[in-house]
Amino acid sequence: MNRDLLHQFRAIVGASGLFSSLEELHTYECDGLTNFRVMPLAVLLPASTEQVQGIVRICHRERIPFVARGSGTGLSGGALPVQNGIVISLARMNRILEVDLANARVVVEPGVINLEVTGRVQPQQYFYAPDPSSQSVCSIGGNVAENSGGAHCLKYGFTTTHVLGLEVVLPDGSLVHLGGKTLDRPGYDLAGVFVGSEGTLGITTKVTLRVVKRPECIRTLLAAFPSSNEAGAAVSDIIAAGMLPAAIEMMDNLAIQAAEAAVHANYPNCGALLLVELDGPAAEVEALMQSVAEICKKNGAWEIRVAQTDAERALVWKGRKAAFAAMGRISPHYIVQDGVIPRTALPQVLSEITRLSQETGLRVANVFHAGDGNLHPLVLYDRHVAGQEQAAEALSYRILELCLAAGGSITGEHGVGEDKKRMMSKMFSEPDLATMQRVRCAFDPLQLSNPTKIFPTPRMCGEKAGEYVPHPLESAGIAERF
Amino acid sequence: MLKTSSIEEKLQTAVGSQNLRAAALGDSVCGARPQFVAEPEDEQQLASLLSCANEMSVAVIPRGGGTKLDWGNPPKKAEVLLSTARLDRVLEHAWADLTVTVQAGSTVQALQNTLAQHGQRLACDCLWPDRSTIGGLLSTNDSGVLRLRFGALRDLIIGVTLALPDGTLASSGGKVVKNVAGYDLPKLATGALGTLGVITRAVFRVHPLPHSARTISFSAASLQIMQQHVLCIQDSQLAHTALQVRCAADGQPNADMLFEATEAGISAQESQLRTLLGTTRGEQAAESVWNARQQLWSSADRAVIAKISILPAEVANMAGDLQQIANVQKLPWQMVVQATGIGTLRLDGEPEHLSAAVAQLRAKLEAQGGSLVILHRPNTLASLDAWGNPGDALPLMRAVKQQLDPKGTLNPGRFIGGI
Repeated sequence: MNRDLLHQFRAIVGASGLFSSLEELHTYECDGLTNFRVMPLAVLLPASTEQVQGIVRICHRERIPFVARGSGTGLSGGALPVQNGIVISLARMNRILEVDLANARVVVEPGVINLEVTGRVQPQQYFYAPDPSSQSVCSIGGNVAENSGGAHCLKYGFTTTHVLGLEVVLPDGSLVHLGGKTLDRPGYDLAGVFVGSEGTLGITTKVTLRVVKRPECIRTLLAAFPSSNEAGAAVSDIIAAGMLPAAIEMMDNLAIQAAEAAVHANYPNCGALLLVELDGPAAEVEALMQSVAEICKKNGAWEIRVAQTDAERALVWKGRKAAFAAMGRISPHYIVQDGVIPRTALPQVLSEITRLSQETGLRVANVFHAGDGNLHPLVLYDRHVAGQEQAAEALSYRILELCLAAGGSITGEHGVGEDKKRMMSKMFSEPDLATMQRVRCAFDPLQLSNPTKIFPTPRMCGEKAGEYVPHPLESAGIAERF
Repeated sequence: MLKTSSIEEKLQTAVGSQNLRAAALGDSVCGARPQFVAEPEDEQQLASLLSCANEMSVAVIPRGGGTKLDWGNPPKKAEVLLSTARLDRVLEHAWADLTVTVQAGSTVQALQNTLAQHGQRLACDCLWPDRSTIGGLLSTNDSGVLRLRFGALRDLIIGVTLALPDGTLASSGGKVVKNVAGYDLPKLATGALGTLGVITRAVFRVHPLPHSARTISFSAASLQIMQQHVLCIQDSQLAHTALQVRCAADGQPNADMLFEATEAGISAQESQLRTLLGTTRGEQAAESVWNARQQLWSSADRAVIAKISILPAEVANMAGDLQQIANVQKLPWQMVVQATGIGTLRLDGEPEHLSAAVAQLRAKLEAQGGSLVILHRPNTLASLDAWGNPGDALPLMRAVKQQLDPKGTLNPGRFIGGI
């Protein structure tokens, strides 16, 4: 990057807010998805909305692409830098600005860590509901970009359910307010569009969140089943009985082994483990918990435990939340996949995954948010065995194709980012994608904000959407469009 | 501008002559009478009609059940009324997956009836469900008392198909509850008053019908005291489904709470509620109290009905402002406010007084970050802006409109900021 521009950036963020040496930049060359790496030209750490605006105005003037970054825990390459671009880290904008419990609102800067929001309102028995497994390190700004979920979104909804208002620096440096502290602000629900847009529509600098009163009673049941089929049938019966648990999680034997090795959660060694959490008024929870236990028994659960104390409950969850990282205990390398299926397709998709695993000789551990059909298959491999990494990647994409064939989605909570943009045209038609890109053009006509993400084929703004004509090679089945 | 006969010919080609008729007086939209009414049979026909109208720069007003056709500002132009009446099928109720795919012209009640066969519901109690359609419900972002527990339509919709003015049929979202692939256009379409595209189908997450339900009502000596009760309940660990306050210029405010759970759960909560309320007595009440919002529309020809939104803790202050303003203008008022801070207000009186009161109350609300949107007004007040201050995102909203409907074909002038 030329010295003059560096000088201008430094004038905005100060010397301590600008990284431009190679060793400093290395930290930012990837996010949680480490197999994609791009070196940014510079990394800036603004401390205020005005500083973000100042940086973005320069980017706009000089046509420099930028990528916003929170804690860098994303698993789809959303915060991966782009060629010849800069990274804007929001880590220094980490203040909780306002706590208004009479209205159940908390206003934060984007760099605030997810769990800190709950930490702040816990004494008054409130919590911030979206709970991605990385919640002790991931930032609210990153959650907004990815529309993060978590185990409890079955009942409580996703980040988008809990974001009421956003202050956003648009890609031309102007400032807008989308939504607000009150509900249903007149106009288009642009906050709804912004949440989950993976940093492609601008940078949020202030977020108004809704917090939730902690329920009177929380009970977590753990049931051991011979296999995922029986556990899956139990989930169907729970839903059919008209219950909406706070969470229903499932882990298969390989995932259980890994979690045990990592955090000793004292899980039973079984084919599939179901974890059902109910919350609400005590009388209601106790009544329903009995029904859940009966349903599990009826479907072949050979061990059922209900966590009796907060400590037991915390341990049960620790095992589940550590499941991804725990794979390191049983495999040198692994790919975390994130797909969604209609929950009823679970037995069929699982047996297909097993078949693919046998076919390729690669082990696949399965961790699911079983209540909403969000699968996290973990493909295990050894990078040092020639060809295994490629085979693992191929298998992981095959699993996504299974999800799509079942009527599901290529991502339930990790986002498309860099990783899955080539799968987007398998999930959506050309007109679908073109329409989304028209919305993008309204926010970012020059395509400077995280420009290479989400969409398989970026469209220049102003380019007219025309009918898609396949390339002759594609028609002949020789080439495939990503 | 093309001749009417030539327009008719082209529209007929797009939608079939049997599906196009001349508009009658009853098809008027806020006093503007369109020339034609088109009733396409399927999504493709609807998209062709739209693109045909767009090419000829003919304005299109989408219509579902017509129950809320007077919401928003009067259209600048209204040449074709596009009815979704024939797109009325529930396409797929995947009950075990708790989702449903439904065409835009289905009435809300028809959908609810289908869902109830498997003990489920769309957790949205809208106005006039027997006539309101899914497309109209989404476009107007109507919500009732269930919103407190289940969220707004934006939290229930998981997929949408839109017909854009250029004839594109575009889907976004999907058929699974959890999905973050691509932009969330279902939310963009919700509450857009049909100004960006015509919704042709939607996918929702649905909820189980409750085991049992019980309504408890109580009253308070003043709105301040009622506000304290409401805040205290909201700060408790009760898991009620709904909480509304009914109040008016005269008389005590009443509150209604809905519990939906097992019998054991409801009884336990009722006893906790009685403890919370102290000396205020709660009585079991009939389900009909939940019609209070809809009842505001009865014999309302000369009334203004508005949706107001304020922070929940500010409701009593707002009602104080309202009382003051209404006293000066000598206007009787009635209001039903949810614990979410969203309320429906009815003001009765002479047009000039109504107009002044709306302006004053809107200014008070907007100063506190709230809003006032007019849902119904007397014909003489047609020029009263329905939306209020759009805030600093208006240029961005216009840019979105420009991208999806550059010629302003859909519902021109009806939305915020003249969109």
